Amino acid sequence: MAAVPWEGELAQELKARFGESVIQTASYLGQNFALVKPEVVAPMVEYLRDAADFDYLVDITAVDWPKRAERFDLVYILYSFSRNERLRLKTAIADGYRPQSVVGTHATANWLEREVFDMFGIEFAGHPDLRRILMPDDWQGHPLRKDYSILEQDQHWVEANLGIESGQ
Amino acid sequence: MPDATFLDSTELVLNMGPQHPSTHGVLRVILKLDGEKVLGTDCVIGYLHRGVEKIAENRTYVQFNPYVDRMDYVAAVSNGLGYCLAIEKLLNVEAPPRAQVVRVILTELNRIASHLVWLGTHALDIGALTPVFYCFREREAVLNIFEKYCGARLTTHAFRIGGLQYELYDGFEQEVKAFCDMFPAKVDEYEELLTRNRIWVGRLVNVGVLNAEDCKRYGVTGPVLRAAGVEWDLRKAQPYSGYEKYDFRIPTGRNGDTYDRYTVRMEEMRQSVRIIRQAVEAIPEGPVMAKVPKVIKPPVGEAYVSIEAPKGELGYYVVSDGSTQPYRVRVRPPSFVNLQALDRMVRGGLVADVVAVIGTLDIVLGEVDR
Repeated sequence: MAAVPWEGELAQELKARFGESVIQTASYLGQNFALVKPEVVAPMVEYLRDAADFDYLVDITAVDWPKRAERFDLVYILYSFSRNERLRLKTAIADGYRPQSVVGTHATANWLEREVFDMFGIEFAGHPDLRRILMPDDWQGHPLRKDYSILEQDQHWVEANLGIESGQ
Repeated sequence: MPDATFLDSTELVLNMGPQHPSTHGVLRVILKLDGEKVLGTDCVIGYLHRGVEKIAENRTYVQFNPYVDRMDYVAAVSNGLGYCLAIEKLLNVEAPPRAQVVRVILTELNRIASHLVWLGTHALDIGALTPVFYCFREREAVLNIFEKYCGARLTTHAFRIGGLQYELYDGFEQEVKAFCDMFPAKVDEYEELLTRNRIWVGRLVNVGVLNAEDCKRYGVTGPVLRAAGVEWDLRKAQPYSGYEKYDFRIPTGRNGDTYDRYTVRMEEMRQSVRIIRQAVEAIPEGPVMAKVPKVIKPPVGEAYVSIEAPKGELGYYVVSDGSTQPYRVRVRPPSFVNLQALDRMVRGGLVADVVAVIGTLDIVLGEVDR
């Protein structure tokens, strides 16, 4: 089963408002998503909140595809209480690209973006407090990148802070 | 003119945790205080980070199933349900009716167990020593059912992708019914101890208020959202596992304070009993496992599936590349997201209320840090 095109009212609205920046609107297993250009994500999240009532940002996460030129998929999951509807925004970004933060629109994005930064090394422009959140502050490397082996560790950090040779 | 002694300095930074009994695990909160007033907080988390999402990418779909129990370890059954539903969605299979009903019974029993841990420890934090013993007594009855069913009490691994591994043991229905008959009276008993207790009311009313608008801004879900007056529960909004068949109510509060969250959770336990009663009366006959291939290889694609866990919306975003191992598993943990609202809830309040607010958020650090 492949993704089927999604031509609902909301999809039309997004295409009319953001034009060429909406690359694809589709539905897979009954779940709607929009593939968009990275520069419109932040305005679109704000537009969806104000004009379409998507007032709950469920999650922000990323997926690493190291062989692709635009290495990361950045995924925003939105929900609207009044419409009881979910929507995923997906955007492909290259390593080093700094997507616009959405903390101003949804306060919950603060920690979610920090986690994406911590795990993938994606820096959000305009984030008020972009620090690591789960890993120690001075840890080297971003664990959820595909080229970070599961056995890898920050040898220097482990020796300096735990006083042991390996945390494995 | 103020004299220049240290008593005059207005700001004090206090470090709470990571080894502090009221943080329910290893949470460190850096508090900025002016006297007893909280000016701001900074949560330091990650002490329990085990890289669950990284582990998922290095295990097969089936091998990863037990790992999810180790996130919210007081509600392991819910974690397992969410994961199994997500993979079933990708595979486009559905658990057979019998399995679905059993899943509902076990998940609701687990919700009660989770709320009992919350109530006991929350009361303990605030200084009521007795409820924790009462709560753990009843929780024991739930854990005994789990143990008889699958051999484990805490990290149950009760569900499999496609249904259940085990048939029900003889006497399961009777034991569950006996629990349902016994438990509501116990909830009344807890309420007798607390609901109109002057100290309890004094410590909870108007403490840690989070209104509906702030809940949405911070993405807070579960009992905390409902206590703010939003009647939203995924079991009703987007039913899964046949929840649409059961008659139950979504309890809500009005002010969104710690007391409302207490009353909401108490009522949720009663509603869970209602669901279990209906389910256990109507367990259909039939297989407990759907026709799932021996080697689980979902087609290329992705799905986000979420359930109403005891703490709020627990979601799994799973990306499949068509192999036997998930390409990416993202867990949307309710505790992690809810904890972010801590600063909003305690700012301007008293330092003693921080303990009450951490308790009322009902976080599990295993899930915050993953």
